[in-house]
Amino acid sequence: MTINETQDEIIEEFGLFDDWADKYEYIIDLGKKLKPLDEQYKNEVNIIKGCQSRVWLHAYLQDDKLVFEADSDAIIVKGLVNILVRTLSNQTPEAIAAADVYALEKVGLQQHLAQTRSNGLAAMLRQMKNYAIAFTSMKSQVQSIKS
Amino acid sequence: MVTTQLIDFNVERVRADFPILHQEINGRPLVYFDNAATTQKPNAVIEAITKYYRGYNANIHRGIHTLAERATAEFEASRKAIADFLGASSTEEIIFTSGTTMGINLVAQTYGRAFLKAGDEIIISGLEHHSNIVPWQMLCEEKGLVLKVIPVLDSGELDVAAYENLLSEKTKLVAVNHVSNSLGTINPVKDIIAQAHLVGAVVLIDGAQATSHLDIDVQDLDADFYVFSAHKLYGPTGIGVLYGKKALLDAMPPYMGGGEMIKEVTFEKTTYNDLPYKFEAGTPNIADVVALKAALDYIAALGKDTIAAYENQLLAYATETLSEIDGLRIIGQAREKISVVSFVLDGIHHQDIGIILDQQGIAIRTGHHCTQPLMQRFGLLGTCRASFAMYNTTEEIDKLVAGIKRVQRMMA
Repeated sequence: MTINETQDEIIEEFGLFDDWADKYEYIIDLGKKLKPLDEQYKNEVNIIKGCQSRVWLHAYLQDDKLVFEADSDAIIVKGLVNILVRTLSNQTPEAIAAADVYALEKVGLQQHLAQTRSNGLAAMLRQMKNYAIAFTSMKSQVQSIKS
Repeated sequence: MVTTQLIDFNVERVRADFPILHQEINGRPLVYFDNAATTQKPNAVIEAITKYYRGYNANIHRGIHTLAERATAEFEASRKAIADFLGASSTEEIIFTSGTTMGINLVAQTYGRAFLKAGDEIIISGLEHHSNIVPWQMLCEEKGLVLKVIPVLDSGELDVAAYENLLSEKTKLVAVNHVSNSLGTINPVKDIIAQAHLVGAVVLIDGAQATSHLDIDVQDLDADFYVFSAHKLYGPTGIGVLYGKKALLDAMPPYMGGGEMIKEVTFEKTTYNDLPYKFEAGTPNIADVVALKAALDYIAALGKDTIAAYENQLLAYATETLSEIDGLRIIGQAREKISVVSFVLDGIHHQDIGIILDQQGIAIRTGHHCTQPLMQRFGLLGTCRASFAMYNTTEEIDKLVAGIKRVQRMMA
């Protein structure tokens, strides 16, 4: 599934809710369902400190795909983290670097990305992109060495 | 006694004076409980700003035309009103700043740099806002001073006995808040000041959280410096006040150089203006100074004692009803408090509580409230803080209680 196919699927899921409470209960549920991040990765290198809550982001390359694993100490942020991980994880660094992340805005959750001081979500998205850019340039360096 | 005053207090009439309160947030009537961060503004304040810009905007003190004279008169009338509000002995002791933070930095960078020397000690408290910690840390680093901290008891009150032990002939300055922004604790500042004076230290009181709730009399307190922000007192943002005893202000060097603060300028030497202008370089925030007087007039018309009695009722009601919620723990149970309730919920992150309450139209503050050392003292990353003002009602507190229970159900 491409990044945009995943995003469109998320938007469709959120389209089922016409009540704020249903929407947030779903996000809370997504938070609870986020694949747990191994404790060893909840370290000072991976932490993204927001003013209110903390996010941990761990990234690694598997074959030619970039994989993200993440966690947060606040459950709503964790649900939103789940959406970002689902959107961008397991894609090529090139696709992630070029991605337009529009799902949160389309489902009326853009304020959580804008509040840069209150949670680490916007910083996390930037960090995901940074990893993608770094791995892209690493790959091209490796290729140029090989050739 | 208190009940009688409550009957006299017509909260609906007060609410009618605050236009911002009459709106829906996320489809629900706004419940604004973030008053310790900033209070809303009555029509009188909003109109004072408009009236100034529409009617008599002019630069003050130097112009000889009619508009300049009128603006100067209104500006200085505000200074007089503030002197009266604080119980200062003269308008020379009232310096306009941009807010509490600037007031503290001004004292640190002028009094502190001129009169403190390596090895001297500054005492602050564990209840302080970052703005009453960092300026002193910066000064300590620059001058080789020692920073000492009055510990906080489990109740959220200062450990007064420990404070007495910290004081010595090395203590040159004590800086504490009148009221804790995070917990609402009212500190015994009159005693703190008296003790400091016994060892010859000067005292700065951060009054940011006190001025809208308590009667302030700087002469009765014998405060050397007292600072506050207008926006926490129903006035505009971007304007604050530094009160200082005249003898101290006279002895202090200026803070910023520029126009207005000078008497005579030559390339060889500049002489400085008299108080209070020595500390007011550049064109001041005239509109907001004038509007601050409108806020003080508004408070005076309602009566500060009446407001305080009503807010105490709100505090008692909120403390009682919030305490009944399972898993809710109030942080800070000082005997003397203003209308602030800080709390945590078992197993639920404060940010989640804030987001779900906001969806229900309820604005509270969550996080560390710019008091990270205090949060560490209680082993917390943050709390939820509901802070009440004179326009809040017990019905709104009921909505908060219901809102919190809803959060608990959603998170279960």
